[in-house]
Amino acid sequence: MTTTLRTPHATDHLDVLESHALFILREVVAECERPVLLFSGGKDSAVLLHLASKAFAPQQLPFPVLHIDTGQNFAEVLKFRDRTVEALGARLVVAKVQDTIDQGKVADPGPLGSRNRLQTVTLLDAITDNSFDAAFGGARRDEDKARAKERILSFRDAFGQWDPRQQRPELWQLYQGKVNPGEHVRAFPLSDWTELDVWQYIAREKMEVPSIYFAHEREVVMRDGMWLAVGEYVEPREGEDVVRKMVRFRTVGDANCTGAVISKAATLDAIINEVAIANVSERGATRGDDKFSETAMEDRKREGYF
Amino acid sequence: MDLLRLATIGSVDDGKSTLIGRLLVDTRQLFDDQLDAVAAASEKRGIGDLDLSFVTDGLRAEREQGITIDVAYRYATTPTRKFIIADCPGHVQYTRNMATGASTADLVLVALDVASGLKEQTRRHLCIAALLGVRSVIVAVNKMDTVAWSELAFQRAVDQFETLSRELGFTSNLAIPVSALLGDNVVENSANTPWYRGPSLLDALEASEAGSWETAQGARLPIQWVLRQPGGGRTYAGMVSGEAFRVGDHVTLLPANIETTIRAINFGGEPRLEATVGLAADLDLADETDAGRGDLIATAPLPTVTNEFEATICWFGEKPLSVNGQRLRLKHTTKSTPVRIDAISGLIDIESLAIKDASSLTTNQIGLATLITADALVVDDYREDRVTGSFVLIDEVTNATVAAGMVGHASFL
Repeated sequence: MTTTLRTPHATDHLDVLESHALFILREVVAECERPVLLFSGGKDSAVLLHLASKAFAPQQLPFPVLHIDTGQNFAEVLKFRDRTVEALGARLVVAKVQDTIDQGKVADPGPLGSRNRLQTVTLLDAITDNSFDAAFGGARRDEDKARAKERILSFRDAFGQWDPRQQRPELWQLYQGKVNPGEHVRAFPLSDWTELDVWQYIAREKMEVPSIYFAHEREVVMRDGMWLAVGEYVEPREGEDVVRKMVRFRTVGDANCTGAVISKAATLDAIINEVAIANVSERGATRGDDKFSETAMEDRKREGYF
Repeated sequence: MDLLRLATIGSVDDGKSTLIGRLLVDTRQLFDDQLDAVAAASEKRGIGDLDLSFVTDGLRAEREQGITIDVAYRYATTPTRKFIIADCPGHVQYTRNMATGASTADLVLVALDVASGLKEQTRRHLCIAALLGVRSVIVAVNKMDTVAWSELAFQRAVDQFETLSRELGFTSNLAIPVSALLGDNVVENSANTPWYRGPSLLDALEASEAGSWETAQGARLPIQWVLRQPGGGRTYAGMVSGEAFRVGDHVTLLPANIETTIRAINFGGEPRLEATVGLAADLDLADETDAGRGDLIATAPLPTVTNEFEATICWFGEKPLSVNGQRLRLKHTTKSTPVRIDAISGLIDIESLAIKDASSLTTNQIGLATLITADALVVDDYREDRVTGSFVLIDEVTNATVAAGMVGHASFL
């Protein structure tokens, strides 16, 4: 067997971010009893899963992968999820929002209503049912002003709540994830990554991401200032014109609250160029769920959201 | 592209958050929708067109009270550098959060109100930053517009700062007259300060050579996790500190004191010839050992193996720290062990930087103590290695992190 030896270049920002993430993944696995990795099939959780496979190579992942399934996914993303998990030989746990609705724990928003906020209940139930004491998430601090305030290891009480006024000091890289039974920590190894870092890393590592991130032609309607993809979960309403546009998705969430952006970026290089000069933030351009109020993300996070 | 981590420090209301808001807005790091949101939030609270502190003060309570409670992390990229900016709170009760932000910083940016000068909280922050080993400091002498851009007022503030900076041993310091509110000397040099010949804040940050400050001797790898290799071997994963490891290096496994050599180095399953500082590598050792998490692989000069050591403690607990007080656990590198406080030898007087007699430390006090651990630790003096010289204390009952600790003490103490 011949191998090529790479000379390290550890001052490069992507190398620094990568090693930091690997370190966090290993610390949490070593300190917690039952960790799990939250995987939506989006680019951030795909990077997280890729980093996890590097942190424990050549062994398999020492934890399962959890998908909170709203039942309103893009089909391409579900296929990508299954392909990726199978290639890694990881164990996939799927927790369905539909089950939470059927159990009467949350109100049914109807076939076309947003299930985004309901996910929190499904997520907290899955954490309790599986006795998970640590959950890795792909959230980044550059996404939102409440996330910008959160620790890399973020403590959640027995109700899954985040208390932004009582965060544990987090000194140096001494991450401590010790919790009492019923409590858990969320761990965010991508905290210091920006949207641009994520795309540069995907290109550098030659990773696969779902096809909906690349420009493609699609039928869309304009609603609440966003282009929504017409399909199973989005039907045109009265007065809405269905048009065909060249679009791509900057984030991957539910089909009915994730907007597409008009784009011709069909390659990773083109996406990197587009992200580098974007005038509108990732969530601002594409997420209906953040538009309710000034502190929408903080309020959801306090309840136990991702 | 290289990476610089900076933390803003200084007293409440001296303008830290506004300064960072100004820097981000004027370098176009903010997206249009984020700027619109800041404008809308400002209008809602009836405080003018754009309260720049809202760029980083993102929590509901922070905006309601007009203060920073916890660190906000923001990111900026220029053609040559990526910046990770930790905007720290100024209030004394949130000192633990300031220490969180400064503990990973290469450089601290001090906001100092030109009219009110060096307040006790600014002294405390500078003292903590110095103890944490930050060696580079930029002081933004702020609110210059309120003193009619007076060079004399600027110089008075700089003199106060420089006296303290010298005592604390900062090796690189620069003072810049700014108005965070109006933007003078933040990105562009200002016509209002013709007497100032130095760089703007942005130019200074781009040119800063802050970074590795340790007088490191010897490579260190605290073992995080043991990886099983196909064919039965084991490699030891961890992050490198101090100096780099190379294949063939003679190393010692501590605390067992077993000498061996590095047979191979991997990163993410791929072989490497070298593991540089900061790399999350895994090492293959030539001899069979029973090493595991909490052990340390090192090259000479070797660190010290000990159960008892003197340390500088920043105490954040609600109840005072005392000998025979609370039950505590210590986390050092990848090792956790029960610990007890054997003696408290004094606390730092923030005004004089002298050590005063004390038998306990109250919240946010900094002192010197002797600690005895149940298990032996492998330590370096903090000033030689930030990783093997640092630890936290954890309350055994609540699992809360209640102290930041540094092995040894700073030369100014």
